[in-house]
Order: sequence, then structure tokens, then C-alpha cells
Amino acid sequence: MPTLFLFGASEGGLFDFDATLPLMAVQVVLLTFILNALFFKPVGRVVEEREDYVNTSRSEAKKKIAEVELLEAELKDQLKEARLAAQKVILEAEVDSDNLYKEALALANADANASREKARREIDSQRNDALNQLKSEADNLGNLIVERLLAKK
Amino acid sequence: MGFLPFVLPFAELEVGQQLYWQIGNFRIHGQVFMTSWLLIGALLALVVIGTKKMERDPRGVQNLLEFLWDYIRDLARTQIGEKVYRDWMPFIGTLFLFIFVSNWGGALVPWKLIKLPSGELGAPTADINTTVALALLVSLSYFYAGLSNKGLRYFEYYVHPTPIMLPFKIVEDFTKPLSLSFRLFGNILADELVVAVLVFLVPLVLPVPVMFLGLFTSAIQALIFATLAAYYIGEAVEEHH
Repeated sequence: MPTLFLFGASEGGLFDFDATLPLMAVQVVLLTFILNALFFKPVGRVVEEREDYVNTSRSEAKKKIAEVELLEAELKDQLKEARLAAQKVILEAEVDSDNLYKEALALANADANASREKARREIDSQRNDALNQLKSEADNLGNLIVERLLAKK
Repeated sequence: MGFLPFVLPFAELEVGQQLYWQIGNFRIHGQVFMTSWLLIGALLALVVIGTKKMERDPRGVQNLLEFLWDYIRDLARTQIGEKVYRDWMPFIGTLFLFIFVSNWGGALVPWKLIKLPSGELGAPTADINTTVALALLVSLSYFYAGLSNKGLRYFEYYVHPTPIMLPFKIVEDFTKPLSLSFRLFGNILADELVVAVLVFLVPLVLPVPVMFLGLFTSAIQALIFATLAAYYIGEAVEEHH
């Protein structure tokens, strides 16, 4: 019967204390030192090194991000300035070309007017010449006719 | 147990029988040391394999060891406090690992296949000597932690809110190791007994869920023991204002 072994028996039993107790305590203390040397120290070193590495990497990355953001802002400013400058140049060019066009147009108009005027004047003078010629010829013919008529008589 | 017509060879109940080894004038429980050496050997083998070639990107067993290390560090840090947890982490961790390995080893390894002349192999933590040894180590540690950190001011703890607490706190020093050792011993032994009785009565299927429950209990008991040990140490080194 199991109950016989539970209490009081000099041999065996559940509460049978003997040299197992101190020996087990020594064994556990030894195990503590062994595990500290083999497990806790090396693993702790690796884990803490990694934590340091991650932390420094993260802070470096943060610094780099800040730098990038600064550069980005600078570049954006530059881009904006360049855009403004380009717009100004375009505007100037447009004004310039407009002026040139107007000048050229005015010049051409003036030329055209001048040549038209000249042509008209030429036409006028030639017409006058022709009219004068016709008039003199008519006068001559008239005189001739008159002379002839007078001569027949 | 002769009242049953058949008795399976492995389904016998043996409680409180020991395999005695005689060393000089002392006697020790051989089966406890045999299993504890095997299990400690397995634990150390795992540790040696896992720490052989450690890298920044952990691989294989190193992952498991780092998980355990992290778990133990969190346990020690929350219970003992940021200031001194580093000194006590190996002790708390060893308690946790040793109890855990003992409990699970006792439940998972089919020790009954190995016949001993007397007694039977099982979890080392199912022996009262082991649990009392562990509990006394915890008592010594928290006294040492308190005295080494605060000197004689450690004894302020006994009269801390009011001197009325003095007798209770003195009684506590005795109940702490008592409750620690008996909780662990009782749980593990009860688990082994329940499984043994069930296997004896119904050798198929039915013991399996109880075995799983036993594994759960075993893990919880290891955690409880380590947490309480850390808590006692933390209580001893805590500064009162």
C-alpha cells in the first residue's frame, strides 16, 4: 500500500530527507555558475551588441533622413527659383519677339506705303504725259484737218 | 494490486520508494541524481550547441537561446528592478531552466522503460529534497541580496510600514521556502500520480489529455517558482522611502 510509505517510515517515503538535499543544492549552484559562463554571459553579450548595433543604426538612419529632408527642401527651393527665372526669361522673350514683330510689321507697312505712293505718282505722271501727248496729237490732227479743208477751197 | 486479473508491466504505482546510494555515512536518492544529470546534460548540450557559433543574425538554436535569455531577462527585470537584476539573472534563469527541464523531462521521457532495483526514474522535482534545496537557495539568495545591497538597513524591511508587521514578516521568512518547495513538489508529484493512476485504470487514450495538462502545469510551475524567487529578491533589495 502506497500510504505506508508517505509518513514516518524510516526507509523511503515521500518526505525522506537525506544528503540528496545539500548535494542537490550544491549541484544547482554549480549549474548556475556553469550556465552563467556558457549561456547567460555569451548570449547576453550577443543580444546587447545587437541592441547597440540596432540603436546606432537607427539613430544614423534618422540623421540621414534629416539630411535628406534638408537637401530635398534645398533642391525644392532651387527648383522653384529656376522655374521663376525660366518664366521670366520666357516672358522677356515673348515681349522681345512681340516688339520685333511689331517693328518688322511697321517697317514693311512703311515700305509698302512708300512703293505704292511711288507707283501712283508714276502712274499719274505717265497718265499726264499720255494725256498731254494725246492732246497735242489731237491738236495736230485738228490743225491738219483745218489746213486741208482750207487748202481745198 | 493483485485484485485485477491482469496487470500491465508499466502500470504499477510506486510512491515513496527510493534507490539509495551510499556515500560514506550519507545516503542519497540515486534516481533523482540520475535523471537530473541526464537532463542537465541535455540542457548543457543545447546551450553548447546554440552558443558555439553565435552571429548577429541568429540562426537555429541560437534563436531559441536568445528567446530564453530575453524571457528570463524580462522576468528578472520586472521582478527585481532595473538596478540589480543583472546580478541575479543567472540564478533566476538557472532556477527556471532547471525546474522546467526537470518537469518536462519527467513528463516527456519514458523513464518507466528503464527498470531500477528499487524506486523509479521521474522528474527530479517530484522529490522533496530537490524542491527544498531550491527553496532554501532562494531564501539564502534573498537574504544575501538584501544584506549586500542595503547592509543592516535590510532589517528595516521587517518593520517597514509599522513595527506591528515584525512577527508576520518573520513568519514569512519561514513560509516562503515552505510554500515554494511544497507547491512545486506537490504539483509535479500530483501530476505524476494522476497520470500513473489513470494509466493504471484506463491504459488507453484517457491519460493523454491529462498528460498535456501535466505539461502545462509543469511549465507554469517553473515560471511560478522563478517569478516568486525573483520577486522575493526584488522585495529584499527594494528601497523604502
